[in-house]
Amino acid sequence: MATPHVTLKAGKFRRESFTRYVSRNHPLYVMLIPCILFFIVFKYVPIMGSIIAFQDYKIFEGILKSEWVGFKWFEQLFSYPQFTRLIGNTLLISFYQLIFSFPAPIILAVLLNEIRSSGFKRTIQTIVYLPHFLSWTIIFGFVYMLLSPQTGMINGLIADMGFEKIHFLQNNEYIRSIIVGSGVWKEMGWSSIIFLAAIAGINPSLYEAARIDGASRWKQFLHVTFPGVLAAVVILLLLKIGHLLDLGFEQIYIFLTPANFSVADVLDTYTYRIGIKNGQYSLTTAIGFFKSIIGFSLLVVANRMSKWLTGEGLY
Amino acid sequence: MKRTFGEKLFDGLNVTILLLLSACILIPLLHVLAGSLSSSYALTHSMVKIWPVELNFKNYEMVLQNPLFWNSLKITVIVVLIGTTINLALTSVSAYPLSKPDLRGRKIIMLFILFTMIFNAPIIPTYLVVKSLGMMNTIWSLIIPTGISAFNLILCITFFRNLPSELFDSAKVDGLSEYGMVWRIAVPLSMPIMVTLLLFYAVGHWNNYYMPLLYVTDMDLRTLQLYLYSLIAQNNTNDAMAGSGGMDLVNISPQGLQMATVVTATIPIAIVYPFLQRHFIKGALLGSVKG
Repeated sequence: MATPHVTLKAGKFRRESFTRYVSRNHPLYVMLIPCILFFIVFKYVPIMGSIIAFQDYKIFEGILKSEWVGFKWFEQLFSYPQFTRLIGNTLLISFYQLIFSFPAPIILAVLLNEIRSSGFKRTIQTIVYLPHFLSWTIIFGFVYMLLSPQTGMINGLIADMGFEKIHFLQNNEYIRSIIVGSGVWKEMGWSSIIFLAAIAGINPSLYEAARIDGASRWKQFLHVTFPGVLAAVVILLLLKIGHLLDLGFEQIYIFLTPANFSVADVLDTYTYRIGIKNGQYSLTTAIGFFKSIIGFSLLVVANRMSKWLTGEGLY
Repeated sequence: MKRTFGEKLFDGLNVTILLLLSACILIPLLHVLAGSLSSSYALTHSMVKIWPVELNFKNYEMVLQNPLFWNSLKITVIVVLIGTTINLALTSVSAYPLSKPDLRGRKIIMLFILFTMIFNAPIIPTYLVVKSLGMMNTIWSLIIPTGISAFNLILCITFFRNLPSELFDSAKVDGLSEYGMVWRIAVPLSMPIMVTLLLFYAVGHWNNYYMPLLYVTDMDLRTLQLYLYSLIAQNNTNDAMAGSGGMDLVNISPQGLQMATVVTATIPIAIVYPFLQRHFIKGALLGSVKG
C-alpha cells in the first residue's frame, strides 16, 4: 500500500551519504575498531614488514634506517647448498603428507559411513577424534616412549621376537616416516568430519534410486558416494597445494635434533633456528617471502587446473 | 534386504579395520599410562606393555611435588583463562556489526580479513612486531597476537547472521543500544557457537608451544607445553627432579617421570573431552559449511 506521500518523494529518493550513515550507526563502527587494529598490527604490519628481505636489517636502526640491498639475500639463499637440502626436505615431507595424510581421512569417512550400528560408529568416532586435542609435545612424548629402545613397547616386542632393538628416533631412515605417521595419527579422525558431513549431505533418494536399479554397495559407493564427496576433496586438495611449503612448524620442530637436520630440517624450522635464535632477520624473511610467492602461484595454477579438469575451484 | 557373501565379507573387514585403527590410537595412550604406574625396574627392562607392572605411584608423587611443574601449570591456566576471555569478547563484538548485511563498507572489511587467511604473516616480522611492542617475556605475548582468529570470526558472523532480525528490531524499539544488543541478544542466543569458539580457543592456548618458544625465555613464565618440550624433547630431566630433596629415589627412572608428567598434562583434556564432544562436532560442521 503505497501512500501518495511516498510516491511523491520517490523521484528524489537518494541513498543517505556515507558519513551520515556512519555517524547514525557509529556504535557498529566503534565495535570494529579493535578488530581492525588487531589485523593491522599483527597481520598487515608483518606482511609489510617482509620488505626487510630486501634490506640489511639491523634491529637498532629499524626498517627506516636499515640499508637497502636489493636481491642480495635471495641470491645468497639460492646459492646456498643448504637451501637445496631445505627445499628438498620440505617438498619430500610435503609429498609424503599428500600421499598419506590427505587420503586417510577420506577413506576413514567412507568406511565409517558404511557402518550400520550407530553405537559402534559413535564409539569409533570418539576415539579417533581424541588425538586432535593433544598437543605436539604430548604426541612426541607418546612416540618417544613407544619407540624408545630402553622402555618402549615396540622395541620390547621386537626384542621378545628375538630381533635386535632399533633406535628409531636416532635413525635418519625412519624420522620422516615417524613425522608423517604421527601427523596421520593426530589429525586423521578430525579431518574426516568434513568428509562425513559431505557424505551426510548427499540426497538419500539417490541411494534409493541406485538400489532400485540394482546397484550393489560397491556400485552405490562408486556412483553416488564418491561423486558426492568429490567437491569437498577437490577444494581441500587445492588448499593443501597452496600450503605445500607450510608443513606445520610445531609438528616438525619437536622431532628435530642436530643429528637429523640433514633429513628433517625444513624451511620453517630453519627460519626459526637461524632467524630467531641467530638474529639473521633479513635472510630468513627472504625465505618467508619466497614461500608466500611459491604458495600463491601454486594455488593459482592448481585452481586453474582443477577448473579445467573438474569444474570445481576455489574462486 | 538379503546380504550377499561379498557384503558380509566387506562389513566384517570394515569393522576389523576400524577396530585396529582405534587400537592404534589407544595403545600409545595405554602404554604411557601403564609405564607411569610401573616400577622403574619393570619399565627399564621393557616389561611394560599396556598394563602396569609392579603398580606404584612414585612417579606421580614426584611430579606433584615439583614446583616447576606447578608453576608452568599455573602460567598455562592464566594464559588460557585470560586469553580465551579476550578471544571471545573480541570475536563476538567484531562479528556483530559484520553480521549486518546492510552495513556500509562491510565487503571491504571482510576482504581485509579474508586476505590474512590466504597470506599468512611471516614469522620474523611478526616476532619483530611483538618485540617492538615490548611484549617479550610477558604473558601478553602469548595472548594478544592470537586475539582474533579470522576463521573463528567467520564462524561467528555466519551464526549471528542466522538470528532472526525481528529480535534486534524490536529490541531497538525498546531502546536497547547496539552495544546492548551484543551482550543481551546476540551472545545469549548463540550459545552453541560460543561454546565451540571457547573450546577451539582454549585448546589452542593450552596446546601452543610455538609461541612460548618464540616469545618466552624467562623460566618463571614457562608454560606447561614448554616445560614438556624441555623435559621430553630435550631430555632435561633435572627440572623434573627439582624439589625431590629427601625423597626416596628408588623406583624412579627418568622415563617413568616423563611418562607421569605427560599423563598429568593430558588429564585436563581427557576430562573436558567427553563433555564438549557434542559441541565440537557441531562447530566443525559449521566450519565446513562456510570453510
